[in-house]
Amino acid sequence: MTGPRRYWPVVAAAILVVTLQIALSVCDAAYYMTQITMSAYYALVVIGLCLLMGYAGQASLGHAGFFAVGGYTSAVLTTCNLVAWRDTAPIAWCRSLGLVFERQDLYGRAVLAFSPWPALVAALVVTGLIALLIGLPVIRLRGHYLAMATLGFGLIIYRIVLGAQTLGQADGISSVPPFRLIAALQVNGRPLYRVQNYYIAWAVVLVVMVLAINLVHSRIGRALRSIHQNEDAAHSLGVNTYRCKLATFVLSALLAALGGVLLTHYNGSIGPSEVTVMKSVRYVAIVAVGGMANLWGAMLMGILLNFLSLRGVFGTYDDAVFGAILIAMMLFAPQGVLRIPGRRAFSSVLAGRSHD
Amino acid sequence: MNLAQVVQYCLSGVTVGSVYAVVAIGFNIIYSTTGIINFAQGEFLIVGAMTAISLSRVVPLPIAVLLAVLVTTVVGGLVERVFIRRVRDASILRLIVITIGVSILLREGMLHVWDEKVRSLPYFSGTEVSSISLLGAHISPQVLWVLGVCAVIVAGLTLFFRFTLTGRAMRACADDRMAARLCGINDSWMVTLSFMLSAAIGALAGCVISPVTQTQYDMGAPLAIKGFTVAILGGLGNSMAAVVAGLLLGLLETFMVSQMAVAYKEAVSIVVLLLVLVFRPSGLFNRREVSALRTAP
Repeated sequence: MTGPRRYWPVVAAAILVVTLQIALSVCDAAYYMTQITMSAYYALVVIGLCLLMGYAGQASLGHAGFFAVGGYTSAVLTTCNLVAWRDTAPIAWCRSLGLVFERQDLYGRAVLAFSPWPALVAALVVTGLIALLIGLPVIRLRGHYLAMATLGFGLIIYRIVLGAQTLGQADGISSVPPFRLIAALQVNGRPLYRVQNYYIAWAVVLVVMVLAINLVHSRIGRALRSIHQNEDAAHSLGVNTYRCKLATFVLSALLAALGGVLLTHYNGSIGPSEVTVMKSVRYVAIVAVGGMANLWGAMLMGILLNFLSLRGVFGTYDDAVFGAILIAMMLFAPQGVLRIPGRRAFSSVLAGRSHD
Repeated sequence: MNLAQVVQYCLSGVTVGSVYAVVAIGFNIIYSTTGIINFAQGEFLIVGAMTAISLSRVVPLPIAVLLAVLVTTVVGGLVERVFIRRVRDASILRLIVITIGVSILLREGMLHVWDEKVRSLPYFSGTEVSSISLLGAHISPQVLWVLGVCAVIVAGLTLFFRFTLTGRAMRACADDRMAARLCGINDSWMVTLSFMLSAAIGALAGCVISPVTQTQYDMGAPLAIKGFTVAILGGLGNSMAAVVAGLLLGLLETFMVSQMAVAYKEAVSIVVLLLVLVFRPSGLFNRREVSALRTAP
């Protein structure tokens, strides 16, 4: 696909989004939009993971951890109460820059906390640094090391979240303020803002999709694909395989964190259930169903499966369903369910190439 | 910290460390014959312990443990037969993703069979309050059971791989699968056997540690991470080094916990893992990543 043709799906998706919204409003089923919005934020994680697994050929079992680092950082910064330090120099300085804002909590007390924008930046910086710290040593090694290291990272984050007082332990953090983007636009979970948020979420997802598609078709994307086909050959042709893979890993962690931040502000809370290993595995399963190196497949499956899960369709077998999906895809259809027969998928991590 | 405390911490570190070592050896056995890191290794311990807990209500404890080991062995064999063998020519990453899926299915299966309750096997000898004094430290007799059983597992495996025909055939497969096949070794059976063996030692370790740490359906993943850390620390495929590495990690973890909050216990092993991956990815004992199953030093 070259030129503008690769953006047709974006236009089609945008039309679909509008049609769906109108249909849901007409059918008096607007409440579905809440779960679709949440699924869209989860889909950001999936898109990032798809870049990592499908194009850089590395598996991460810690994306729920990155999601949580983003969400929790933002939640902590926007709910911490700085009133006691209101007149100290750093806070006064932050106030003059507009980095903090004052509001009233449920009980009418004054709360002085960081605004969501600086919190978002902080969340992304923290996540990026952590991903860099894990990726620097581990990406250099081939195969399964990143999967284990990220699994361990996810477990640590889970323990920290459960153990740390400031992170609310098992209760998580609630009463996270809405995220005022610009003017009247805000990420807010109240029914009043439902339609607006539906469009905000989709706009974010589609913008990220366009960026991801551009990345895949850019120099880095071609380099990543060549790494897939034959890492040694790519290396000998001057592709810095290590840096490409590391950059993709950090980028995918950042997308997970972005999803975490936005969903936290949308829900107004975040809890330890977002950080479990199962959540990470779920993202991997969704990428597998979408077809690994298939961004559209990953995005659609990310929204569909998360939507079904949020609606409670899978009942108590929620996690088992995703485990079963993962195995079934790997056993029978490593190219994903959406693969158009005859069209050669760019390349797949899983297409019979050994990593050792 | 006085002597009694040091002894106490050492013993407790060695106890958990020996279990990590057994998990690591389980990783090594499968890694050597197939190149797969089996993410479901931790689940084998929990399946074994849970089965034994249920069976111990109807049959005497030794028989319950024996049956549990058998059941888990069968589970391990089935995992290989049903999931791994079907796609054995696929890439390693795909096989590893399958083992991740298997671990989820096992965990969720256990959740539905045994619910979320924390359970434990009865103490093998004595009760939870009986203790033996050693240099001023007090240890539960179960600690001796753990150490003894783990030692027997390691010794037994060493003998098995060195002196029995099947053990040698497995080592041959680990060295060079094609050459082994040409010599008339049934290599696919050896792969199944490696899964069964890993499951069996995992189940046994899960049973002896159950009275001390108790057992819950989702305890497999942390155990797997630690076992993997130990396996990497010792050098993948090097089982004797895994024992040393296991004890090291166990001691390190216990002494760290004495200094900081228990909540961060898990962090110790992952920090160790990352450090090893940075500085010595081939393991502490300076062997290159060997695919051979050399249990002899």
